[in-house]
Amino acid sequence: MASYETVIGLEVHCQLQTHSKAFSPDSAAFGARPNHHVDPVSLGHPGTLPVLNRRVVDFAVRLGLATHSRIAPRSVLARKHYFYPDLPKGYQISQFEDPICTGGYVDIGRRIRLTRIHIEEDAGKSLHDQDPESTLLDLNRCGVPLLEIVTEPDLRSAREASLFLQKVRQLVRYLGISDGNMEEGSLRCDANVSIRKASRAPLGVKTEIKNMNSFRHVERAIEYEVARQVCVAKAGGTTREQTMLWDPIRQETRPMRSKEQAHDYRYFPDPDLPPIVVTPEACAAIKATLPELPDARHTRYVTDLGLPAYDAGVLTDERPLADYFEAVLAALLALDGAPGVHACAKAASNLVMGDVLRALKANPSAGFPVSAQRLASLAHLRMSGAISSSGVQELFMLMMTQKGTAKEIAMRHNLLQVSDDAALIPVVAQVLAANPMQVEQYRSGKKSIIGFFIGQVMHGFEGSADPKRVRVLLSKALDSPAP
Amino acid sequence: MRWATFGSTRAALARGETTCEAVTTTFLRAIARKRHLNIYTYVDAEGALRTAREQDRQLATGEAPPLAGLVLAVKDVLCIRNWPVTCASRMLDGFNAVYDATAVARLRRQGAILIGRTNCDEFAMGSSNENSCYGPVLNPRNEIYAPGGSSGGSAAAVAAGLCHAALGTDTGGSIRQPAALCGVVGLKPTYGRVSRYGLVAFASSFDCIGPLTNSVEDAALILAAMAGVDERDATSAPVPVAPEPVGLTDAARCAGAALRVGVPKEFFGEGLDSTIRCSIEAILHRLRAAGAVVKDVAMPHTRYGIATYYILATAEASSNLGRYDGLRYGYRPAPDGRKRIDLHALYAQARSEGFGKEVKRRIMLGTYVLSSGYYDAYYAKAQRVRALIREDFDKAFQEVDALVTPVTPVPGIKLGSMINSPLKMYLSDIYTVTANLAGVPGLVIPIGAHASGLPIGLQLLGRPFDETHLFRLGELMMQLAKD
Amino acid sequence: MTVSVEQVRYIARLARLAFSPEEERELAEEMSAILGYMQTLDELDTSDVMPMTHVLDLAGVVREDVVQPSITAEEALRNAPDSCGDYFRVPKVID
Repeated sequence: MASYETVIGLEVHCQLQTHSKAFSPDSAAFGARPNHHVDPVSLGHPGTLPVLNRRVVDFAVRLGLATHSRIAPRSVLARKHYFYPDLPKGYQISQFEDPICTGGYVDIGRRIRLTRIHIEEDAGKSLHDQDPESTLLDLNRCGVPLLEIVTEPDLRSAREASLFLQKVRQLVRYLGISDGNMEEGSLRCDANVSIRKASRAPLGVKTEIKNMNSFRHVERAIEYEVARQVCVAKAGGTTREQTMLWDPIRQETRPMRSKEQAHDYRYFPDPDLPPIVVTPEACAAIKATLPELPDARHTRYVTDLGLPAYDAGVLTDERPLADYFEAVLAALLALDGAPGVHACAKAASNLVMGDVLRALKANPSAGFPVSAQRLASLAHLRMSGAISSSGVQELFMLMMTQKGTAKEIAMRHNLLQVSDDAALIPVVAQVLAANPMQVEQYRSGKKSIIGFFIGQVMHGFEGSADPKRVRVLLSKALDSPAP
Repeated sequence: MRWATFGSTRAALARGETTCEAVTTTFLRAIARKRHLNIYTYVDAEGALRTAREQDRQLATGEAPPLAGLVLAVKDVLCIRNWPVTCASRMLDGFNAVYDATAVARLRRQGAILIGRTNCDEFAMGSSNENSCYGPVLNPRNEIYAPGGSSGGSAAAVAAGLCHAALGTDTGGSIRQPAALCGVVGLKPTYGRVSRYGLVAFASSFDCIGPLTNSVEDAALILAAMAGVDERDATSAPVPVAPEPVGLTDAARCAGAALRVGVPKEFFGEGLDSTIRCSIEAILHRLRAAGAVVKDVAMPHTRYGIATYYILATAEASSNLGRYDGLRYGYRPAPDGRKRIDLHALYAQARSEGFGKEVKRRIMLGTYVLSSGYYDAYYAKAQRVRALIREDFDKAFQEVDALVTPVTPVPGIKLGSMINSPLKMYLSDIYTVTANLAGVPGLVIPIGAHASGLPIGLQLLGRPFDETHLFRLGELMMQLAKD
Repeated sequence: MTVSVEQVRYIARLARLAFSPEEERELAEEMSAILGYMQTLDELDTSDVMPMTHVLDLAGVVREDVVQPSITAEEALRNAPDSCGDYFRVPKVID
């Protein structure tokens, strides 16, 4: 395959989290009983008219700004005509010639250019497998708002396509405009795939792959399709321009019935809908409400907080986690005696990426198990040396079920360790005085014997002394000239 | 009929000379007597009488709504909750509306008594009311003639004294032309003046709901009751409705005489019936004598009106009628025994059997002009010419307050005479379509009669949202016509 | 301007209509005449005219994102030629 370059463009459909539908005031909520969220507009009843939902425009602008797109001051809703039982009007309201966003990009390590982002409405659902002799229609989804994101053919591998999609998912979740759930269909993706001999060669004939409803499927389907096209090319054949369906059971792409492929959508501007207007003021107002986006956050975590790139990546993956981390860090920095920002950030990061993420994974629906303020108290305790690394884990578990600050709970459960010199120095002196032979061995070069002394001192505190501090004090005493 | 107009009925009700119930009963009897005219497709005698009795009680206590006693028929293309709406098409056989059209709801709230639905051309497509699954309507003035179309039933109902007023719809002249041919008053309001919500769409950027009445005053009252912005129609205009001149006083008529009136020579060219021409010239003479300024104006793009209109209107119609497929409502052919049917065949069978000939012809034309490769040559071109036609009006209205024109080139349409010559039928709309292309209001008034008994109508066209001037001028000219 | 029977068939297919061969011939003739007449617009130079989609100068008309009570599922299905439980039922669709 090395001799061919893969060229991929994606069309991503993202369902928006609005209360009502794109063009009618019935509920857009997912999961209702079939045909319980249908008003006469969604049903395409005679005489009904669409009226655009303001929030759909706001969401489109949010995504447009987040992807560095040009926001059209005026854009046009158009009708796209095709017949299908779950499309009640015989056309879908979409955008054609004048979309709301153009010319943006998304960085996935490389810059992937976006052709456009446009507003459209979803269709209903056809159920073909419930009844052998008929198809059943649930029209609840009719009119639910979508944004379609179309990329330039800039993606070069199945892996990149998947990365791009994940990036889009992260972005729409950050922006609060979609849950980005591929399995439930709120994020959908079609891929246009072609191959060419050299990277400067003109684009080859593309096929369009549909029906990929997970990131894995996207990768698998594209890999399969690329291999298929290479096979065809190597055998001296040419790829036919057609629509392929991904079959996740058989793990292969196969062509859709070619009969329905001759599309002539007869787009024209919808006479029922005046142009969409986004004034510079409205645009600025929306911009002011945008959250800090994952890329910017990532950069800030590395440069300002001194976190490793890996930590920054994990922490910024989901906005709630990043927000939580920052709340912990802020609370920690506000505590007395907190060390510098970098040290605090790392301490907070360790706890969030370790204990907190583990707890979240175990019980995803429960939310953050410990408040940011309390987690900061735990980080603070740990940094002061008053608790051991194993003690931290135990204490975190206790904090999930008990009230109080980290210190209060640690005291209740005897988890604090002694790291106070005033308490440690007399015991260190006692241990050295009681073991003159071992002191002699140390001073004559057998440095490893310090472990013996540490054990003795720890024993004196029943294990609750800070071993790091004990080592420091012992070294200091042993390395000083004999009295 | 003693109280043919609502204005006179209202006065009689106020004097206690009649009751709403008596008026309604009179109309119901007339409907029964004139059944052979084939005007009504549905009569709700019980509902109308119930409302009438309720209003009589309200009149007694002084709580009656302002239009109490207005017996109103509604063209069979407007939705009325729990009433059938068929658009005179087999396609909507058995369909009952689940909501009220906004215009109907507003009139109902103000006291209109809904008596029934009137026959029309299928989906409002036609100029003779012969394209109806119920068969043609006979012109009450001369029964071997058609009443005109598409609101033929509404015009005939008013002319035959089967209601005070009827609602019609006007996409290319469908209120004005039958009003002229039946000798009643017909108003096509400014596009956007009356909400289209609940009007079964033919061509969305042209469709208007308006009244057909026996007096200008009734038309003004009904317009005021149903006009105004509607959150269900994004193309309804937020333009305040001028308070209608109650009783169209002498002062109003005087104001009418102070107007400047334009006569576009393009509307008086070859092909215009000479009696119609003479009648209009005679009345213009009297208008001049009454003090109005009458002057020639140029409307150079009038001759392109028919081509422009039929491109745009059929394109929009082909889209609007895509929803009729017999899947979710409406006509579904009997199963042909096959368990699985090709999707295309399923649609094609329902639509070919459900739609009549003219509707199918227009869907074909509209689909053609929108199809790949033809859009620019036809649709986009016509949209540009539409702008030029609008410009003609804007320029004319800089010089004059209203235009006076004929309504139809021919004195009447004999039943069966045009049904097989679609282009000839289309060309007869020459004087009405430009108002729809430009979105301006048009008022038709009766000004005389041919020897055949067929009436002669005159059309007044006004500035957008300036129906008030049309009412004043119309009232004045009707007076002048009688003198 | 001539519309062929083949074009009529293509357009009929797009519009989901079916015609008999005789109707197809008749339509080809009528459409040729009507579309031919429509070409009178070519007489006009419209190169500097903007296409007009709306006669009203309205723009930015939106509604707030508020759910309003609507019809019941029973009402939604009442007009259906065929239904099954909460679903509309249509003949089996072959993709």
